[in-house]
Amino acid sequence: MKRLRLFLGTEVPLLGILAFALGPWVWMMLSSIRPDEELTHSPVSLIPGALTLVHHIELLQRTSFASNLLDSLVVAVGAVTLGLLLSLPAAYAFSRFRFPGRRLLRVQFLVVNMFPVVLLVLPLFFLLRRLGLLDTYVALIAGHATFTLPFAIWLMTSYIDGIPPDLDEAAMIDGATGVQVLRLVILPLVVPGMVAVGIYLFIASWNEYLFALMLAGRNVRTVTVALQMFIGENEIHWGLLTAGGTLVALPAVVLFLFAQKHLVGGLTGGAVKG
Amino acid sequence: MKVSSRALPWLLLAPALAATVLLVLAPVAQTLWLSLHDVILFRPKSQPFVGFGNYVAVLNDPMFWESLGHSVVWVVVSVALQFGLGLATALLLNRRFAWRGVARALVIVPWALPSVIIGLVWTWMLDFNLGLLNQIGVRMGLLDAPVAWLARPDTAMAAVILAVVWQGFPFFAVTLLAGLQAIPREHYEAASIDGASTFASFVHVTLPGLAPVIATALLLRMIWVSNSLDLILVMTGGGPGTTTHTLPLYAFLKAWSGANYGYGSALAVVLTLLLLVVVIAYARRGMRDAPA
Repeated sequence: MKRLRLFLGTEVPLLGILAFALGPWVWMMLSSIRPDEELTHSPVSLIPGALTLVHHIELLQRTSFASNLLDSLVVAVGAVTLGLLLSLPAAYAFSRFRFPGRRLLRVQFLVVNMFPVVLLVLPLFFLLRRLGLLDTYVALIAGHATFTLPFAIWLMTSYIDGIPPDLDEAAMIDGATGVQVLRLVILPLVVPGMVAVGIYLFIASWNEYLFALMLAGRNVRTVTVALQMFIGENEIHWGLLTAGGTLVALPAVVLFLFAQKHLVGGLTGGAVKG
Repeated sequence: MKVSSRALPWLLLAPALAATVLLVLAPVAQTLWLSLHDVILFRPKSQPFVGFGNYVAVLNDPMFWESLGHSVVWVVVSVALQFGLGLATALLLNRRFAWRGVARALVIVPWALPSVIIGLVWTWMLDFNLGLLNQIGVRMGLLDAPVAWLARPDTAMAAVILAVVWQGFPFFAVTLLAGLQAIPREHYEAASIDGASTFASFVHVTLPGLAPVIATALLLRMIWVSNSLDLILVMTGGGPGTTTHTLPLYAFLKAWSGANYGYGSALAVVLTLLLLVVVIAYARRGMRDAPA
């Protein structure tokens, strides 16, 4: 009786919710490995007759998609590197030092989070054009690293807060300078935090669309922009599109599942502390 | 190298601050400045100062009010649905059953996907001829005939809201679940000793314990949804007609496609101010209501 109540009251509704959460994504992946005859035949049968990789192969061989994947990878790795270089020292300062303006600065970094991208992207376009950086890796890396900075600093600060200050003090007593403490004591201990922040930065950059569209798009074309352009074409080729969607979604989903606990912990940790 | 401990924190903060000033604050200041001028893309030499002319034009623009109305529907309806479904999911995931770990991990998937992919997934699901939803609907007798969900003025907004709810409810599910796990078991035990029903312990233990997490999650998501335009841009481009023009999308289209930067900037500034007012009102209310 108790088993039945658990089944009807908890497991059945959750199965429904999971079907809603995963169904459309699974349907996209399934569509990408079905031949055109099945995809263009209305109504599309729910159970696939034949499976094929033709769309994936055509996408990678006949279109620019492989180089778009490379562009996305370069930008994301760059954004991770720059984002960590910017957020780690800032988080260390917020965690270990009490200085005038600290509270204000922390709030400022969060307020910056609130500005809509539309507000920033036009002047950034002008600025980068004047510097001759429009449509380059540098433009997108700088843009992505900056708009992810508030959450990166937030997450990193909570990691450094978790390292006992006694360790710093012990090193200081042994004669280490502030910079040495950061390099020799904090850095090795904060590696898990750097992995979590790095994964967040990677996913945010990999998934980003508007900056990638406005500040680049011709020489440097990331996968999100490339896919959107496929959708815009007159005749929608669902085989290619779903294949592209499957390939683009995979790294984000895998990394997210891997780092889920840390990212969610960072969000709610902030929420609980206020 | 000897750095005084007074200067060190500022030295450490300098790179992050410089990036923020250069790539966020300066552009915001420039947008404010542009919004006071007539700026046309193909006429770069002449940018006459028009004072608050663009803002007056915004207030007299029927499209502004229409987009504002769409934005309110988009934010209120979609955030309410995401929150409701997310809360229900979190409560279910907090119970004890065999495949709990798998369910907790997998429910997050839609939130990890790029907006462009979410737009793609749902454009495919909702396709007139080949979409899964029309097919299931017709087969089960819920629909008489396939519906062009994204092309019809009366269904397009509902369709994009469906997509953003799908994207956002896992965010609420996992954050609220983390909040639920932080509520001490003793509080529930005390309530049950006092003879509280399941519903009573939900109202008197769960909700108050969850309140700070709910407040933060709602605020964060509200800001994201208010500012986001990529999902709508991918799925409908604001159409059919202007039925899915939200405020950020209208500002974007006006500034970019219309090449009227001054006017687009003014729209973006108005959007930010409106959002700021809502956030401040919300934060002040939250502080007043929060138990000391």
